[in-house]
Amino acid sequence: MGKLYKFLKYSFITIWTVFVVAPFLWALTTSFKDFNSVNGGATYIPWVDFEPKLEGWKVLIKSPANGGVDIIEPYFNSLFVTCTASLISIVLGTLSAYALSRFTFKAGFVKNNDITFFFISQRIMPPIVLSIPFFLFLGAIDLLDSLIGLIVVYIVLLMPIAVWIMVDFFNKVPREIDETALIDGCNPYQAFFKVVLPNSIPGLIVAGMFCIIFGWIDFFFAFILTFTEVQLLPVKIVALNSSITPWWSLSASALVSVAPLIVVAFIVERYLSKGNLSGAIK
Amino acid sequence: MNFKHKYVFLFPGLFVLIGILIFPIIFVVRLSLSGWNSYNGLNFIGLENYIRLFTDDPRFWQSFFRLSFLSVTTVVLQYVIGFALAHMVWKDIKFQRFFRVLFLIPMMTTPVIMTVIWRTFFHESLGPVNDILSNFGMTPKWLTDPTLAKITVIIVEVWQWTPFMFLLLLAGLLSLPKEPFLAAAIDGASPVRKFIYVTFPLMAPISIGAIIIRLIEASKIMDTVYVLTSGGPGTSTETSSFYIFIKGLREFQMGYAASMSFTYLIIMIISLTFIAKGLTKLLLKD
Repeated sequence: MGKLYKFLKYSFITIWTVFVVAPFLWALTTSFKDFNSVNGGATYIPWVDFEPKLEGWKVLIKSPANGGVDIIEPYFNSLFVTCTASLISIVLGTLSAYALSRFTFKAGFVKNNDITFFFISQRIMPPIVLSIPFFLFLGAIDLLDSLIGLIVVYIVLLMPIAVWIMVDFFNKVPREIDETALIDGCNPYQAFFKVVLPNSIPGLIVAGMFCIIFGWIDFFFAFILTFTEVQLLPVKIVALNSSITPWWSLSASALVSVAPLIVVAFIVERYLSKGNLSGAIK
Repeated sequence: MNFKHKYVFLFPGLFVLIGILIFPIIFVVRLSLSGWNSYNGLNFIGLENYIRLFTDDPRFWQSFFRLSFLSVTTVVLQYVIGFALAHMVWKDIKFQRFFRVLFLIPMMTTPVIMTVIWRTFFHESLGPVNDILSNFGMTPKWLTDPTLAKITVIIVEVWQWTPFMFLLLLAGLLSLPKEPFLAAAIDGASPVRKFIYVTFPLMAPISIGAIIIRLIEASKIMDTVYVLTSGGPGTSTETSSFYIFIKGLREFQMGYAASMSFTYLIIMIISLTFIAKGLTKLLLKD
């Protein structure tokens, strides 16, 4: 039994590892190819199957006039929109989550759980439902095709995630902490900022990571709400795909675009091992 | 603990969210009752759009069933694979951290950008998959055959989102109490029995949560389809979101698209509620 299980386990893990790594390896080799080594059929091993060229990577830093792909500006746009929207969502979401975790609210039949559900349920909303009114509204107030318009929309996407993770996290932070602080003469704001918040840093980091992931990977809203003035990274790469951009520069720019968030995988794993994620989904 | 200050904490977030959402949602409902396209204004036409949708638009319902099929299939696969992987790297494994990080990585990558890579990967004549398969005399049309295109979408979705399932389930496994496992070990239960009678029941609430979360996200499938097949060949990979997108923002029949998206939202809420209740009944027998 033990041996068979071990064999199955390691074979399954090996197969899955190959599956996970395959597209990355393919993109990496493709990014060093040129016309001949792409169009003659699939090639895999540099120097054996094909002669590696740096052309795919060089176009990343060239100006568009010289045939570059110009992903630097979209890169910073994406970074700016994601970080700003995440920050606003975390600040507002954390405050609301704290209120929902510590105080009792009652307005008619609406109670704490209903308010929490209202926040989280925004994730159920299919993006397409909101995209048409957002398109018309942002157009009406002249924020279509602007960074601010996107940030406003991304707050709707990200705040539910922040509230979801932080409510669970605050529920695990013992109430005695803030009660003691209040008895010691803090007002509720001091109790929150000086005592509760410093004890919630792991939760804040996890919530922040999730906001950044879901902000960075969004394509749909960026695709519908921006045109030429502002371009985010995913939209830019997809535009490259539909034009005649060769595979090597396409692969290089795709790899550069997905690289930064791989750091996030390490951070999430770290907090996972420490048990800080466990409360989040119950 | 009860303070006037509690509203100071709650309201900024709540009102920002409501403030951003309230007009769009009211507007969708109003728009769905009008014949708005690019030339005539917000003229009220009553339930005409809904009547058209329910009596005269098989394409919407086909896209909806296709979406149901795709999201249920991918989520089931993700759950089975995700659970298996989480269970395997839970304990007793070499290079534990390496595998955990590696299995998380796909969900950190932007779906559309990876789909661009997948498109080259599944390319019929120049991609590596068909290069390997051609040795066995097969050259499947991954992106242009109606059935295979669906499978390709499923493969890409499973690659992209199994890590999320894996993350939720591994977090759950790591939070389980130790006592039931000690008891099982003392009783000398085999690994299989331990899984069936201890691990799986303990994981049931977490499983339900994870499946619901993934179903919600999977029901939005659109990015991958847009890049991979653009709904094609024909309409064979077209999902609800994509069809609404075509009607509303390509053909600019905004009123009709609004009525479809409102219907779609209501169906989503109802069916997810039923699925949640059904799963709870199925997995939490006591």
